[in-house]
Amino acid sequence: MLNLMFKRKKFSKVWDFPGFLTWTFFFFGFLYIPIVILVIYSFNSSKFAMIWTGFSFRWYEKLLTNDDMQQAALNSLYVAFVAAPCATAIATLTALVVVRGGSFKSKEFSNGLVTLPLMVPEIVTAVATLIFFAFIGINLGLINVMIAHTVFCIPFAYMPIKASLEAMDPTLEVAARDLYSDRNSTFRYITLPLLMPGILSGFMLAFVISIDDFIITLMVAGGGSTTLPVYIYSMIKMGVTPEVNAISTLMLAFSIILVTGYWVFSKKS
Amino acid sequence: MNIQGENKSRNNLIGLLPLWIVMGVFMIGPLIVMAFVSIMESNSYGGIHLKFDLSGYRQILFDTNLFDEMEFNPAYLIIIGRSFLLAVAATIISLIIGFPVAYYISRQKDSVKNILIFLVTIPFWTNLLIRTFAWIIILGKDGVIENSFGFIGIIGDDDSLNLMYTNTAILIGLVYSYIPLMVLPIYSSMEKLDVRLIEAASDLYSTRINLIFKIILPLTLPGIIGGSILVFVPCLGAFIAPDLLGGGKKLLLGSLIQFQFAYARNWPFGAAIAMVLLALIVTILYLNARINRRHEQNA
Amino acid sequence: MKISKTNAIEVQNVTKIYGSGESSVKALDNANLIIYDNEFFTLLGPSGCGKTTLLRLIAGFEDITNGRINLFNEELISLPPNKRPVNTVFQQYALFPHLNVFENVAFGLRRLDKNNDFVIKRSNEVLELVQMQDYALRRPNQLSGGQQQRIALARALAPEPKVLLLDEPLSALDLKLRQAMRVELKTLQKETGITFVFVTHDQEEALTMSDRIAVINQGSIQQIGNPEEIYEKPSNQFVANFIGEANLILGKCEKTGINGICKLQTGHKISINIPDKFNKDDNLTIFIRPERIKINKSKGSSLSQIQEFTYLGNAAHIELLSNGVSVNATLPIDKVKNFKKGDKIEIEFPKSFAQIINT
Repeated sequence: MLNLMFKRKKFSKVWDFPGFLTWTFFFFGFLYIPIVILVIYSFNSSKFAMIWTGFSFRWYEKLLTNDDMQQAALNSLYVAFVAAPCATAIATLTALVVVRGGSFKSKEFSNGLVTLPLMVPEIVTAVATLIFFAFIGINLGLINVMIAHTVFCIPFAYMPIKASLEAMDPTLEVAARDLYSDRNSTFRYITLPLLMPGILSGFMLAFVISIDDFIITLMVAGGGSTTLPVYIYSMIKMGVTPEVNAISTLMLAFSIILVTGYWVFSKKS
Repeated sequence: MNIQGENKSRNNLIGLLPLWIVMGVFMIGPLIVMAFVSIMESNSYGGIHLKFDLSGYRQILFDTNLFDEMEFNPAYLIIIGRSFLLAVAATIISLIIGFPVAYYISRQKDSVKNILIFLVTIPFWTNLLIRTFAWIIILGKDGVIENSFGFIGIIGDDDSLNLMYTNTAILIGLVYSYIPLMVLPIYSSMEKLDVRLIEAASDLYSTRINLIFKIILPLTLPGIIGGSILVFVPCLGAFIAPDLLGGGKKLLLGSLIQFQFAYARNWPFGAAIAMVLLALIVTILYLNARINRRHEQNA
Repeated sequence: MKISKTNAIEVQNVTKIYGSGESSVKALDNANLIIYDNEFFTLLGPSGCGKTTLLRLIAGFEDITNGRINLFNEELISLPPNKRPVNTVFQQYALFPHLNVFENVAFGLRRLDKNNDFVIKRSNEVLELVQMQDYALRRPNQLSGGQQQRIALARALAPEPKVLLLDEPLSALDLKLRQAMRVELKTLQKETGITFVFVTHDQEEALTMSDRIAVINQGSIQQIGNPEEIYEKPSNQFVANFIGEANLILGKCEKTGINGICKLQTGHKISINIPDKFNKDDNLTIFIRPERIKINKSKGSSLSQIQEFTYLGNAAHIELLSNGVSVNATLPIDKVKNFKKGDKIEIEFPKSFAQIINT
C-alpha cells in the first residue's frame, strides 16, 4: 500500500491537449450564463429590469392578465401548427423522390431548391416576401405568416427526413415487393413506419423554427397578426421591463423542454 | 429497383410538384419581384411607381445635393464595409473559440460526447431574439457588468461603461448567436479524424503545436470552411444583434434593409441593398462550391 | 433423388443494359438457360459478372432490356415482383427491423390476404422448419447472423414460392456457420422440393451444394453442367481458372485423332485425344489440374526443377519450372517426402486428365 502514497503521474494521451478542458468549460459558460441570468432576473421583484431587489413571481402573474401577449402566443401556435405540418408534408414528398426516385434531370435542382431558404439571408427573404405580398395584393393576416413560415421551414423538415431515408436500406422495400406488396402497401407497411422517426424529427424542427421565427414574421405580419417573438420585440423596443424576462424565460423553457424531451425519447428508442 | 412498366418519372413529378409550386411562387417569386422593385421609381408612401429607375442602386453610392447634383456619399459603403468586417471578425473569433471546443468534445467517450453536442445545439433551438436580449441585461446601462463593477468599486454609481451600442457589443452578439454553427461542422470532421494519425505523428517526433497545425488543422479543413460559411453568411445579413445591441446608431446591412421598409419606406433603395447583400452571399457560396469541387477532385 | 425434367425457369436471349448512352453497362448479354423443377441450381461467377442481375430479373426487381423469362411456361417479365410466385433470400437478409420475427415471416402471407388462422399456422410451420419457433417474438436486431439467416429463409419459404431465389445468402456468415448452413440449405431444398436458384461467387459452395451450375463471366454464360462436369471438363480457360486451380500449357499439334500427340512447351510430348478439326502444327492449350500431375525422381537429364515447395499439412504445393514454363502440382504429402526446393524431377501428364481447352 505504500506505493499508493506516491501519486503516480497521470498518463496523458498524445491527443489530449492541456487547457482544452478549461477552454471548453468557459465556452459553455459563455453559451449558458446569459440564459441563466435572464432566467434569474425574471424572478426579480424590482420594477427596473436590471436591479435585483428580491425574489418574486409578480412578473409571471402579470403575464396572466396580459391579453395582447396571450393573443400573440396563440397566434404563434396557430402559425406553427399550420406551417410545420405543411412543411413536413412537402419535405417528405421531396425527400422520397430525391432519395428513392432514381436519377432524373431535375434532381440536383430540386435538392438545391429545398435549401434555398437557408442560402438566402433571412432578412432578404423577409423583405422579398413583404414586397411580394404587397405587390400581388394578398393581405390575409395570419395566413400570410403561415405561408411564409411554411416556405422557410421546408429545409429544416427536409434535412432529418432525407437523412433517415438515406440511412434506410432500400432492400427492405424490394423485399416487401418480393413478398407480394404492391407500391401502396410497401409504402404503408414498410417505408412509412421506418421513416416515422425522421418525419417526427422534421416536424419538431419545423415547429420549433416556426415558433421562434422573428425576422420574417416581423416583416410579413400585419397589425392584427403579431406572434410572440414580434410581441417580445416590441416590448424590448419600448424599454426593457421585467415582464420581458418572464415571457422570455417561458419561451426558452418551452423550447428547451420540447427539444430535450425529444432528445431523450430518441436516445431511448 | 427499376420495375418493368412502372412509371417512375410520373411519380417523381407528382412528388416534386408541391415543392416546385410552393418554392417557385413564394420563394423565387418574391426574389424576382424584389429584383423588379429595385429598378423602379420609389413612391414616398412606401411602394413604387411602375417606372424604370436605377436610383435605388445609385443611392448606395451617391447623394443628390441642394443643387440637384450627384455627390459621392460614402455612408452606405461604410455600412457595407462594416458589415463585412464585423462578419469576418465574428467568423474568426468563432473559429478560435470553437476549434478547441470541437476538438475536446470529439475526444470524449460517446456518452459524454452526445451530451456535450446536445448542449451545443440547444441554443440553436431557442429563440435568437431572446438570447440576444439577454446580452442587454448583461451589457446595458446598470446591467450585470456595470452593477458588479460598481459593487467592487471599479466604477462610480453614476458612471457608465457605455458597453451597449458599440461595434464590440454587436460582435459579442454575433459570435454568441452563431458560434454553435461553427462548432458542429468542425466537430463532425474531427469525429472522422483517425486518432492513429495523431499517434503516428507524435511517434514521428511532432510537438503538440506541430500536431495542431500540421495534422489536425489540415485534416479538418472541410469542417472549418463549412463552419466559417455557416457563421459568415448569417452574420453578414444579421438583423437582431445590430438592432438590439447596436441600437439605431450602428447600422449593418441587415438592419439598414429593415429600416428602409419599416421606417424610411424607400422600397427600391431597400430592395437594391437587399440585392447587393444577396449578390455578396451568392458570390461567397459560389467560391466555396468551387473550392469544394477542387478539393473533391484532388481527393 | 431423381430430378424430374419439368422446366421451372426458362431464360431466353436475356440482355440487360444499365444506363444509357456512353455510360451504359451491359450486365447480361444474350443469356440462355433452363432451370428444372426441384433442382438446386447455382449461378456462379466473380463479382460483377451479371449473376445477381439475372436473379433480380427473375424476381422482377429490374426491367429487362431484351429477351424473355418463363416460369413454368408462363411469361414472367410483364409482372411486377409482387405478382410473381417466386421469393428471394437477400444477401444481408433485409429483415424488417420494425416487425418481430413472426410478423416478418407472416408478411408475405398477410399481403396475399390469407385468413388469419392460416397465416398463424403456416408461419409457425416454417419457423419450426428452420428451428426458430422459440424466437417468434424477438426483433431481428436481437438475433445473431445465423439466426437472421434462418428467419430470412423462413420468410421467403412461408408463401410457398414456386422458385426460391437466394442471393449470396451465406456470404455474411463466418466460416464454421457457413459450412453448417450449406448442408442445411441442401437438406431444406430436398425436403421442400422447391426449386432453388442460388447465387454465389464461392466455387466451393457451388460445388458442394448444387445439382447443376451455370458459370457466368462478363455477362455471358460460360458453361452449364453438374459440379463434376464443371470441374473436370471446363469448357474454356475462364471456367478452368475460376473453379479450382488449373495448369494451362501451350503446345503444338503433331498428330490428330483419338491417340493424338501434342508437343508441349514444357518439352514433353503427350498422348491426348485431338479432334479432327485441328490440323498438324496448330497451337493448342492443354488443361490439367495440379493434383493430376505426377512427379518422379529424376533419372539423368531432366527438364524440370522445383522452384518453390509449400507445405500444406496433408499435401504439398509445388511450383515447377519446366523448360522455362511454370507448372503447378499439388500432391499428397507422403508422395513428396523426399523432395525439396531445387531438386530436378520428372513430371508426367496422365492422358485421361489432360485435355484441350478453348481459349
